[in-house]
Amino acid sequence: MDFLTLLQLLDTTVRLATPLLLACLAGLYSERAGIFDIGLEGKMLAAAFFSAAFAYSTGSVWLGLLAGIGVSLVLSGIHGLASITFRGNQLISGLAITMLAGGMTVLIAQDWFKQGGRTPQLEGAARFEPITLPFAETLREVPFIGPLYYELISGHPILVYIAFALVPLTWWILFRTRFGLRLRAVGENPASVDTAGVSVVALRYSAVMICGVLCGLAGAYLATALQAGFVKDMTAGRGYIALAALIFAKWRPWYALWATLLFGLFQALELRPDLIQQVIGVKVQVQLLGALPYILTVVILAGFVGKAIPPRAGGEPYVKER
Amino acid sequence: MEKMPHWADIVLIPLISLILAAMLSALVILAIGESPVDAFNLMVQGALMRSAGWGYTLYYATNFMFTGLAVAVAFHARMFNIGGEGQAMLGGLGVAYVCLFIPWPHWSLALIGASLGAAMFGALWAVIPAYLQAKRGSHIVITTIMFNFIAAALLNYFLVNVLRPPRSMDPATATFPEATHLPSFRDMFSTAETIMFRGAPANVTFFIAVAACVLVWFLIWRTKLGYEIRAFGHSETAAKYAGISPVKITVISMVISGALAGMMSINTTMGESERLVLNSTEGAGFIGIAVALMGRSHPFGVFLAAILFGFLYQGGAELALWTNIPRELIVVIQALVILFTGALDNMVRMPLEKIFLAFRKGDA
Amino acid sequence: MTAPAIELKGISKAFGPVQANKDISISVQPGTIHGIIGENGAGKSTLMSILYGFYKADKGEIFIKGDKTQIPDSQAAIAAGIGMVFQHFKLVENFTVLENIILGAEEGRLLRPSLAKARRTLSHLAEEYELNVDPDALIENLSVGHQQRVEILKALYRQADILILDEPTGVLTPAEADQLFRILDRLREEGKTIVLITHKLREIMEITDTVSVMRRGEMTATVKTSETSPEHLAELMVGRKVLLRVDKKSASPGDVVLEVEGLRVIDDKGVLRVKGIDLTVRAGEILGIAGVAGNGQSELLEVLGGFADGKGNIRINGEELDLTGKYSDGQSRRARGIAHVPEDRQREGLIMEYTAWENTIFGYHLDPTYQKGILMDNVGIQAEAQAKMERFDVRPPHPKLAAKNFSGGNQQKIVLAREIERNPDLLLIGQPTRGVDIGAIEFIHQQIISLRDQGKAILLVSVELEEILSLSDRIAVMFDGHIMGERMPDQTDEKELGLLMAGVTQEPAAADYKVVDQQFALQDQELGGA
Repeated sequence: MDFLTLLQLLDTTVRLATPLLLACLAGLYSERAGIFDIGLEGKMLAAAFFSAAFAYSTGSVWLGLLAGIGVSLVLSGIHGLASITFRGNQLISGLAITMLAGGMTVLIAQDWFKQGGRTPQLEGAARFEPITLPFAETLREVPFIGPLYYELISGHPILVYIAFALVPLTWWILFRTRFGLRLRAVGENPASVDTAGVSVVALRYSAVMICGVLCGLAGAYLATALQAGFVKDMTAGRGYIALAALIFAKWRPWYALWATLLFGLFQALELRPDLIQQVIGVKVQVQLLGALPYILTVVILAGFVGKAIPPRAGGEPYVKER
Repeated sequence: MEKMPHWADIVLIPLISLILAAMLSALVILAIGESPVDAFNLMVQGALMRSAGWGYTLYYATNFMFTGLAVAVAFHARMFNIGGEGQAMLGGLGVAYVCLFIPWPHWSLALIGASLGAAMFGALWAVIPAYLQAKRGSHIVITTIMFNFIAAALLNYFLVNVLRPPRSMDPATATFPEATHLPSFRDMFSTAETIMFRGAPANVTFFIAVAACVLVWFLIWRTKLGYEIRAFGHSETAAKYAGISPVKITVISMVISGALAGMMSINTTMGESERLVLNSTEGAGFIGIAVALMGRSHPFGVFLAAILFGFLYQGGAELALWTNIPRELIVVIQALVILFTGALDNMVRMPLEKIFLAFRKGDA
Repeated sequence: MTAPAIELKGISKAFGPVQANKDISISVQPGTIHGIIGENGAGKSTLMSILYGFYKADKGEIFIKGDKTQIPDSQAAIAAGIGMVFQHFKLVENFTVLENIILGAEEGRLLRPSLAKARRTLSHLAEEYELNVDPDALIENLSVGHQQRVEILKALYRQADILILDEPTGVLTPAEADQLFRILDRLREEGKTIVLITHKLREIMEITDTVSVMRRGEMTATVKTSETSPEHLAELMVGRKVLLRVDKKSASPGDVVLEVEGLRVIDDKGVLRVKGIDLTVRAGEILGIAGVAGNGQSELLEVLGGFADGKGNIRINGEELDLTGKYSDGQSRRARGIAHVPEDRQREGLIMEYTAWENTIFGYHLDPTYQKGILMDNVGIQAEAQAKMERFDVRPPHPKLAAKNFSGGNQQKIVLAREIERNPDLLLIGQPTRGVDIGAIEFIHQQIISLRDQGKAILLVSVELEEILSLSDRIAVMFDGHIMGERMPDQTDEKELGLLMAGVTQEPAAADYKVVDQQFALQDQELGGA
């Protein structure tokens, strides 16, 4: 495998890791606040459809993005209502939201576009176009660094850069701000926050809403940047891979970046199984590559390789004790 | 003091949840520009007014009984088995192996063999998450989700690379031998003059599903194992005090759960398509969650809820055939039922409890 | 006269049909320590939760420093200068002390300035009130006493001048409790007002200026502490004269039933909780284990009851018990004649959602007499349960009622009926009267004595020293995983036992424990590595 092929593989990795990273960070905010969210998939899917639909009909990808975030926020609101206000089962709520999104997107797509549950192809301003970073062209000929910069770092849609910038930002918010302190506290021991005179409900809702915004970005990226339009079930389990990555990352922002890049690499290799054969000389079944994130997560969860300890109040609705 | 009589808890709350889900679905249908009343009539006509309709309704209900019971048994041990889908996929693999590689003399023997195969493969796929939960503390919901995806990859591998007949382009097994074909309702109930259940896939597996409901009832409420499962589900610390092994109960209840989910595939694989195809489960594993929640984890409730969802599925297919309403409407209804009976339970329950409390005060 | 720091007028609060507080009025003068005493469930905590904004009173008014104040939430309480130290600390375990202190009282959006300010304030507070804690320590690494200090510091950091402490000594050793009282004294000198909620008479007498007594949701009296006596307060608390001593014959111990040798228990966090103890219990005697909660008594019971692993030797009637593995569970213990009334009946002894009849066989449900073929003999079990419930005076005697619908005392009677009627050789009984109403306490004590008189061996664990003193034939005191010494009840008193419970002993053996500890610490490391 030559250098250029490697760069192309890594480039694909970055493109495929981006939605995972966005969704993973979305889950991170929610779960750090003690609200489990297995509905990342559904929110992404709904956002993917609405962003594509609005981008198509308005011709503006930015309006599409807003619509995607909007619908994702609505679903987050339902999740908040179920798991915070009515203290229901967070897992069941997440599952229901994913199903709801799966059904509604096709239903509405069929009603609006009559193309069997998809949106028309997006073109021009209705899509996020790759951005060429400054000096990419000029530096291209510089050995090693030039191609690296041109092929790998430059030439992605804006959402990719946003996603990567969100990693340090999230770290900073979590560990350097008042909001982050309270957010982490509410996921570990909500009673401590409550008795300190801070609203558990407001904190958890804001976490769930941040989760909604990030899922919206992830979904919009899928339909308007990675691909050009919405197709039925286009998230294809990415929400669950993001969830797996979150566990893999032990609920930490920087680890989340590495975990999603790793899972993105698996997905990239799934498209180029020949590369593996070239490098290690053994044919690897594509099905195995597809299942690898899930298998690794099971292994991590089982504590065979480092133990993943979730936030202590995770999944538990907060009830004041007497 | 109970806030509310028991009957309200098991009948009224699911009913109200269902009505809420139905009302929202009606709004969706209106938004699409169709009439909810016409749609409902069409569903009833298509699913219940002809024997063929019933043949489909009961076929779907058979699937949902198995997966619903699977979820319900795990619920009793306070585990959320979200992996019914994967377990059913593996069950299908078990059925395929039993039917393809053992020369059965008669369908009844084949049915027993296939049931065992399906149950064993399904149980196998549930026992690993169960063991990891019991011994390593991995959250069973997450592991079973992961196992659904791993199962899909595995099934894909087997159908594409192992079991696909040579020269076939279809990721599916060969058709099972004649001797393994199960009698359909049409075979069983038609007389010389009238043909009943024409073309419908309902088959003898339905009775196995009903028997499974009865057996699960006995298991949960009349045996010492059921006593231990429920005790463990209510309080793990108390179970430990009583000498009930958490590992044993976790594993056994998931084995039962996985076996039930796996057995669903007798109906789809042996009873209907007579070969194993890639998407034979069609999400029935997830519908099992709605069915178990709606049926309050009681086998009789599961039975009724399964028939209700069978009706919705057949009715939904009719809608997709005759109107602009796609089949996905059913997925929406199912999601709403799960949302209201499972996650927003308190939204329905709290006002109801207030009403009952007010009535009681009125009495006193 | 200055306005009272706190004045409550006619506070009432009901939870559904339960009237937790009925028309309560009190007034607390600034710069005093006011005690509120009452049995469990008397409504003390509810009242204070209303004051701290956790609950909204149905009726009544609150005045703080003379001003009528609405307290809809904790924020309002904090703004009114009220700080609360809960029985169960409200700390984030994996945060540092500083992070816990600033939580909710941060200076701005960024943490750095808040942390710096808190560090400065903390050192002032430490000087002023002798409240020393390492600001950078993680809460989970602090002792219980220090965690409590963090809670007090949290309140002071928020400039509280009224401090409410809910059962603050429940988790402390007597020495730690003394330290706490010194701190409270100091706070009073500085002009702070303190409300101390407790059910321990001694604490009231020791530190408070005035005391209010609560009974069944009502305030029965408010008196000056200097003008009352423990006996008088006890009478006000329970509404009638209490017999602190139980009538019983002297014991006639027989053969050794239980022998424990060198028992060590490591909990699931890897902490050594029982550090090598020896004890014996003979037929026909009650061995009482005294100690502050959390000194290894619970773990001792858990190993004996078969739901935790241990190391060492335990013999029952001379035969060795398995302490790990397959035959170290509740079932095997029961088969060997060990019955167990666990410390926490709601989480261990009963399945709250199960009916009473289902609970009367809990743990014995595999017994062949309860089976009919492969099914359970539900009809037979129900009939037997009915009879048991009548013999043990469980009210109401309805086997089909769920356990959660019985009062604490009646729940305990169901557990006792189940365990005693199996005719065990050894009865383990933990906190037999915790959360039990006074009438049921007498009944339960009588049952324990009569079982002893039938020649059974009984191991009693209780944090209530009075209970230990009145029931036991022999008393062993546990502290920090060791048995500090054994005493005969008629040759000791609360003071001596209290010292032992605090780990203070004149016996030379005590020095050796340090050496033993080090050995265990080494072994722990080996175990941890394995």
